[in-house]
Parts: sequence; C-alpha cells; structure tokens
Amino acid sequence: MFNYLIRRLFTSILVLFGISVLVFSVIHLVPGDVTTAILGRQNVNAEKVAALREQLGLNDPILVQYGRYISNALRGDLGASIRTKQPVSEAIAEQLPGTFTLAISALIVALSFGAILGLLAALRHGSWVDTLVMGLSVSGLSIPTFWMGLLLILFFSVRLKLFPSISNGSSFADLFLPALTLGLPEAAVVARMVRASMLDVLNKEYITTARAKGLPKYMVILKHALRNALIPVVTFLGLQMAYLLGGATIVETMFARQGIGRLAVQSIFSRDYPMVQGVVLVTAAIYVLINTLTDITYGFLNPKIRLQ
Amino acid sequence: MTSNPITPSIPSNSPGMRMLRQILRNRSAQFGGLLLLMLIVVSFAAPLLTSFDPNKNAPSQALQPPGMEHLMGTDNLGRDTLTRFLYGGQLSLRIGLSGIFIGALIGIALGLISGYFGGWLDSFLSWFNDVLMAFPDILLALAIIAILGPGINNAMLAIGISFIPSFMRLTRSSVLALREMTYIEAARALGSSDSRILVRHILPNSIRTLLVLLTLGIGSSILAGAALNFLGLGAEPPTAEWGAMLNAGMKYVRNAWWLTFFPGFGIFLAVLSINLIGDAVSDAVAGTTIMREGK
Repeated sequence: MFNYLIRRLFTSILVLFGISVLVFSVIHLVPGDVTTAILGRQNVNAEKVAALREQLGLNDPILVQYGRYISNALRGDLGASIRTKQPVSEAIAEQLPGTFTLAISALIVALSFGAILGLLAALRHGSWVDTLVMGLSVSGLSIPTFWMGLLLILFFSVRLKLFPSISNGSSFADLFLPALTLGLPEAAVVARMVRASMLDVLNKEYITTARAKGLPKYMVILKHALRNALIPVVTFLGLQMAYLLGGATIVETMFARQGIGRLAVQSIFSRDYPMVQGVVLVTAAIYVLINTLTDITYGFLNPKIRLQ
Repeated sequence: MTSNPITPSIPSNSPGMRMLRQILRNRSAQFGGLLLLMLIVVSFAAPLLTSFDPNKNAPSQALQPPGMEHLMGTDNLGRDTLTRFLYGGQLSLRIGLSGIFIGALIGIALGLISGYFGGWLDSFLSWFNDVLMAFPDILLALAIIAILGPGINNAMLAIGISFIPSFMRLTRSSVLALREMTYIEAARALGSSDSRILVRHILPNSIRTLLVLLTLGIGSSILAGAALNFLGLGAEPPTAEWGAMLNAGMKYVRNAWWLTFFPGFGIFLAVLSINLIGDAVSDAVAGTTIMREGK
C-alpha cells in the first residue's frame, strides 16, 4: 500500500507541475503582444505598455518568470487582477464557497433522483418503467444544461412564481433551480449506473440466500442489494464532484450567481489574464486533489488496484 | 456475372458488416438517424425553405409570438426565429463536427505514436495527456479561448483540443494491446515500415472502439460548442447559432418564451439523435467483440 501511495502521489505532483507550466504559458501564448491584447489597440502607448510589462514581470527571462510564478503560487500568491487590482487568491477565496455549495447541492440532486430512477428501472427490468427511465436518461444526457435551466426558469419562476430566476444566496429557494439545472443531467448518468449495478447485484448468490432466509422484499432490496450496488456509484460521484466544479460555469453565468466559473468567464471578456490563470490553476488543482484522494481510497478498499 | 476474384471485397459476414447490420436494425438508431438526417437537411436547405433574411432587422415585427406568418415567432429585432433556427443549425452542427474532427485527428495520431513507439516519447505524451485531462469539463476550452480570444474558429479549435485527451488515451491503450499481436510481428518481419504498420494494420483494428467515442463525442462536441456560444465566446452578433440565440433570448425569457425554447430544442434534438445512434454503435461494438472472442 505504501508503494502505491508514493507512486500515486508522485504522479499527481507531476501532473500538477504540468498544469502549472500550461497555466503559466497562457499569458505567453496569446497571439501578438499580450500587453496590446490587455490594453486594447486604442489605449496603447509606450508608458502604459512598460508599466504593464513591469506589473506582469514580463521583462525577466522566461525561466525566472516561471520560477517566480510557481514560488509565489506555492505561498498562495497568484498575482493581482489587472482590472480591479484585487489579489487573485483573495477573489478566488471569496467565490469558491458559492461554487462548492452549488456543486454539493447538484450532487445531492444527482444521487437522489438517479438512485430512485435507477432502482425503479432495475426492479422493473424489461417493463415500461425500465423503458421510460432509460428514455429519460438518454434525454437527460442530451439536454444542454443552459436549456434545462431556462425551461426550469420558465416553469418554476415565470409560470408558478415559486423560485427566483436570479439568485445568489445559499438558501433552499436560492439553490433549488441552479442545483436542479446542474444536477439533473448527472442524475441521468447515475440512474444508468445504479440500474446496471443493481441488475448485476440482484443476480448474486447472497441475494438468493437473503430471499431464501425469508427476509421481506424491501429489506433484501434496501439492505443487501442497493447498499452494494451504490459502492461503484459513490466512487463515481467523488469524481463527478470535481467535474461539477467545471460544469458550474454555465449555471453560475445563467443565474448570475457568485462563483469561480462566472469569475473565469468575466475575466476572459475583460482580458484579465492573472485572474484567468488563477481560476484555471485552482480548479485544475482541486480536480487533481479529488482524483488522487478517490484513487487512494479506492486503493485501500480494493487490493487489485494497488497491484496494477 | 461473376465478380473479379483478384479484387478484394468485404465479405457479408465480416465483423464490420455484422456491426453495420446490427446498427441499422436497432430501432433507436433508426429513429436517431432519421432525426439527424432531417435536422441536417432542413438546416442546409434553409435558403429553399424560408424567404426571410436571418440577419435583417424588421423593428415593426419585433417579439411576435409564433403564428402563421412566423412559425417560431420573431426576436426583439423583428427577425424570423425559424429562419435563424435553420441557419443557426448549420453553424451549430458545423462547430460540433469540426470540433470532434480536430480532436479525433490529433488525438488518434498522438495515441498511435505514443503507444507504438513507447519509451520516453510515450512517457512524455502520456504525462501531457494526464495534464490535459486534469482540466474538468469546459475549463480547458475556456483556457484556450482565453489565449486565442472569442470567435467561431477559436471555439472550434478549443473544443477540438479539449477532445484530444480522450482520443489519445483510447487509441494508445488499443495500440498497446495490438502491437504485440503475431500479425504485427509478421508485418514487421516482412519489412513493413512503422508508418505502414500503424496506418494499414493497427489503425483499422482500433477503429471499432474509437467509433463509439467518435459517435458519442459528436453529441458532446455540439453541446460544448453551444455552451461556448451561450457564454458569448463563439459567434458574434448578428450571426445565428443555437447557443448564441439562447443567450440573446434569455433577456426576454419572461415575455417571449419562443426565443429560448426553439434553439434549445434544436440542440436537444441534435444531441439526442446522435446519442441514440451512439448507444446502438456501442452495443454493436460490444456484440462483435464478444463474438470475436468466442464468448
């Protein structure tokens, strides 16, 4: 296990190094001169360009720039926004809780809707219920998040006037529509997984034994079958949590919610490169961290993984 | 009339033909295929189906609900939504297809090179692939747009690059399994060059698994393209594109539902049709693999 742990951590560090190189390169890969891109063609004069180059540290050799970037980043300093002058790490720290709240709420939606639908489909395998759930699942996978959000706004906000269409808080009413928008397409994936996993588990001998012992049907399903069928789904959800952090971009923009996704889009429009770099670096690092933790946990639970 | 015995022909019971027959017999795939064909035909036949100009403003006709004259209503500038829907479909489908094409082309090429040659090149490319895969969902595309700037071509390129890791990883694992096969060794012993072995022997045998990713990837690529356009990072006004139309219609969601409903429905139908075909392809590939392995 120790060797596996070291190997996995080493791989993650290498990936993080790659991410830092790519993110650092953003500012250097901009076609033409980055200062012209930031200032706009009309505002370019030698003085402003020189000041901006100094602020971004572009006058030093590239390796020195990277060394400074990475050592500052390791100390939590991701530079300052070109537009607002606010420290990037401070802006991200302000926005991150909103994105996390949204992602966790969406995860709850995905798991609850997905598990119920997947369970129903597996228990009524081959019936119209199964066909309906699978139809809903493939539709859920095909619906663009932003259209789903708009349909939910049309129904719950415009027609029923139950929930706000623009919401920034973390109360149930504020989170209801954004969480459904982000979580329902994921519920389609979870439903498919739970169905497949349940069908597999229901054929196992221990289920036959549980039935033969005379246990009530609901007990066999809930205590023996569903519990085991959810193991692969829960592992998958760990990875989906990280995935939802990226997916939150559209939902945050749509519902005008505070979050790092919206911050990234706004920064792209305003050509605020330090902010874009910071958001991308932090999100990718969180993604790697969650992936690593999931893999390590899985390695603890399943010895086969450790030996691969 | 007898066929020329020298000309190689595809036997009707080859795995490829069996797979194609299985896909064509699948009800969902038939429905998906028909739906996709209809969307492609109506989008590309737009100039024949409508006499309106997609970009010409008619302020007196602004925000008309769907009716006989304008089947999908009009937008805030009085433009016919059906016309913009048809022209927008062309662009949305084109962005999706171009994105996946770029991703597949580069990803497959890198996967072939990485898996076949191995060594430090494989280690480097695999590491680079892991790095690209560490950017969740749309984030990689956003980072690329941040570098290149918004625009339709840049959106296509950004989507393409974000698809490279999946194609590369799948191709590489397929090559690793195939390169030790006896027929590859035989080809090498006969003096075939590396490029010939890769293109003539390894690639055709990897195609079946790649086909699933390619089909389902088209749907994801259309969704990603529409998402970038929805965020305002793709088509510039007044160009009609489904995602961009949705974004523009959001301001009027309370009094003109048709402006957001129809473009979203278009994206949904396009992706649904491709997912239905993709599911059938996936089943058919699994079926022929099981038959090949004699299970």
